[in-house]
Amino acid sequence: MWSRILALVLKEFITLLKEGKSRAVLIVPPLIQLLVFGYAATYDLKHVPYAVYNEDPGPGGRRLVAMLRGSSSFDEVATVTSIDQVAPLVDSRKVLLVLHVDSRFSRDLLAGRPARVQVIVDGRNSNTALIAVGYLRNIVAGFNRAWSDERGLPAPPAALETRAWFNPNLESRWFFLPGIIGILTLLVTMVITAMSVAREREQGTFDQLLVTPMRPVEILLGKALPGFIIGILEATAITLIAVLWFGIPLLGSLAALYLGLALFLLSAVGIGLMISALAVTQQQGLLGAFLFMVPAVILSGFATPIANMPAAIRLITLLDPLRYFLVVLRELFLEGTPVTALVHQLWPMALIGLASMTLAGWLFRHRMY
Amino acid sequence: MSARGGARMRLRGLVRKEFLQIVRDPSSIAIAFVMPVALLLLFGYGLSLDVDRVPVALVAERPSADTSDFAGSLEGSRYFAPIAMSAMPAAEQALLDGRVDAIVRLRPDFAARERRSSGAPVQVIVNGIDANTARLVEGYMDGATNAWLARRAAEQGVPFEAPVEVEHRVWFNPDLRSRNFLVPGLVVVIMTLIGALLTAMVMAREWERGTMEALIVTPVSVGEILLGKLIPYFVLGMGGMLLSVAMATWLFDVPLTGSFWVLLLTSAVFLLVALGMGLLISSVARSQFVAGQLALITTFLPAFLLSGFIFEIRSMPAVVQAITQLFAARYFVAIVTTLFLAGDIWSVIVPNTLVLALMAVLFLGLTRLRTRKRLE
Repeated sequence: MWSRILALVLKEFITLLKEGKSRAVLIVPPLIQLLVFGYAATYDLKHVPYAVYNEDPGPGGRRLVAMLRGSSSFDEVATVTSIDQVAPLVDSRKVLLVLHVDSRFSRDLLAGRPARVQVIVDGRNSNTALIAVGYLRNIVAGFNRAWSDERGLPAPPAALETRAWFNPNLESRWFFLPGIIGILTLLVTMVITAMSVAREREQGTFDQLLVTPMRPVEILLGKALPGFIIGILEATAITLIAVLWFGIPLLGSLAALYLGLALFLLSAVGIGLMISALAVTQQQGLLGAFLFMVPAVILSGFATPIANMPAAIRLITLLDPLRYFLVVLRELFLEGTPVTALVHQLWPMALIGLASMTLAGWLFRHRMY
Repeated sequence: MSARGGARMRLRGLVRKEFLQIVRDPSSIAIAFVMPVALLLLFGYGLSLDVDRVPVALVAERPSADTSDFAGSLEGSRYFAPIAMSAMPAAEQALLDGRVDAIVRLRPDFAARERRSSGAPVQVIVNGIDANTARLVEGYMDGATNAWLARRAAEQGVPFEAPVEVEHRVWFNPDLRSRNFLVPGLVVVIMTLIGALLTAMVMAREWERGTMEALIVTPVSVGEILLGKLIPYFVLGMGGMLLSVAMATWLFDVPLTGSFWVLLLTSAVFLLVALGMGLLISSVARSQFVAGQLALITTFLPAFLLSGFIFEIRSMPAVVQAITQLFAARYFVAIVTTLFLAGDIWSVIVPNTLVLALMAVLFLGLTRLRTRKRLE
């Protein structure tokens, strides 16, 4: 039995790797994508373009503007001298926000009345807008503290002291990188498995395979193993880059990471083969891969929290193996959670894997034309 | 028969053949109409970055009137759902298990220190793994504390005011509804997928099945073959686009501030780019397998991560910003979010549309060059 499976696995590897183009699309893109996406995927803002409209002749406005200029998150790109200039700058996306200090600012500040500054922010991406306003509020809070200290004004009766666990600087790159590892691993295995059976169907060689002495289980294993092996290798390479290049800590154990990876690959390969067994043409196989990949990524909690989703859609995410793998990756990388605490993420992946594998094997025999 | 009449007849024949193929293999129709509806429904409702009633553990280590007053102010906030806990270890376990997103700890000396000038520290511990949510929680917590301070100060007759107050006005999306930018962005991601999926395999399929050789011996020119492929899928793609826009405005209540006709025109240009890219992939790859892999790799993830739809392009390193310029989705996201939320702002629409038009010419031109009536 094993020699037959081995022969099929070898044949699969040869079809995948013999042609230069096909080899290249398997190996190179995931590594490049990790580098590019690793830098792209972050909610932290840097170089936010802004303009200052300072009508205040006094020292207060100048000091506030100087503090903003000193911040590495903001880049001043324009100075505004009249209110008419504000709209064109914001409309054309040249600036994300405009800080407006009105002419009474220093007078109010020195007189101990609350001095107001106005911020106009481009809300086309409301998340970016909120984050930028948050940054600006922090700078103003710093200004307030310094001002109160110098004047001996009373401190507020209660103050927040915030600490962030597991990610002390709240770097969102650390949140996204483990997610990208999961997504790219899924992409590679889907690419390999979703079209493998469909291609043989389209070319008619699958019928030949079915009349050989190989049993469906052997065909299933022969088709599954290449995706599984390439998935493990690719994930290892991607993880190495994430740790060595991006410097993300890997606090958990490697054994736990590979256990999670193996179960995730089991489910990804199973779903890929299921799609492939359903498809009659390669185009349908590709379409199926997309139809699974896109929701699997978007609803996995990668970019937006699952907790924000309505209950019906949260139920759908329970079928998404990436959802569980993302939790495993994030917890292992950032928290160093012991494997026993991850059981609730591991068994659903195993279940999805076994169910989809069984279904794929059944479809091999029962979907014939 | 005149030469032009012959060309028109040949083109009509090719378009008809392609349409028949589309109708007989329903997967193309599914791509153009079922996919946008299904994906928009799923993602339009599924994606949200708005923080709403975050579970937080509230630990008052020595409960008093002051601590319950503070707790009351958190309960009143629509951003938090406080859960009272008696001691830190329980709260820490809840944070580890993910049952709460933050812990607010009022130390035993809270009430006493609050009356002194040094001020009482309120300790907030957030789970930093989801840094974005953590930062939003921090911001709202700050707001809730300040509101509480202001109310208490007013009750005690000592007005408390910070020296400088920030007033912010958000243009184009005053309620900060994240759906207002996520839905138009999703339309772009979905259209990118549809454009590439429709065409990525059609040329490769003709090569692989050997029907390209049959076409080569006919008097059809390469341009006619490509137009014959482009026209039917363009019609399908525009149908899908109209469906998505209708859903965005009527189902998800995203205001369409700009002109519908400008949106239609820019969508047509974008669709030409997306279809052109698919055709180019298809003619470069020649095998459906490689074409499929290329389409998977070059469309969905770049459109999702590098288009500025979720992650701000201006905050990326210069090299990555340069890479984003290679993807059409980036330009179309700028156009679509502007048209939906801000209106007909020509300084955004014209340059981005020009780049898209240039890309369309480039992709279709390259496809024309790569496709020859020759066997290899």
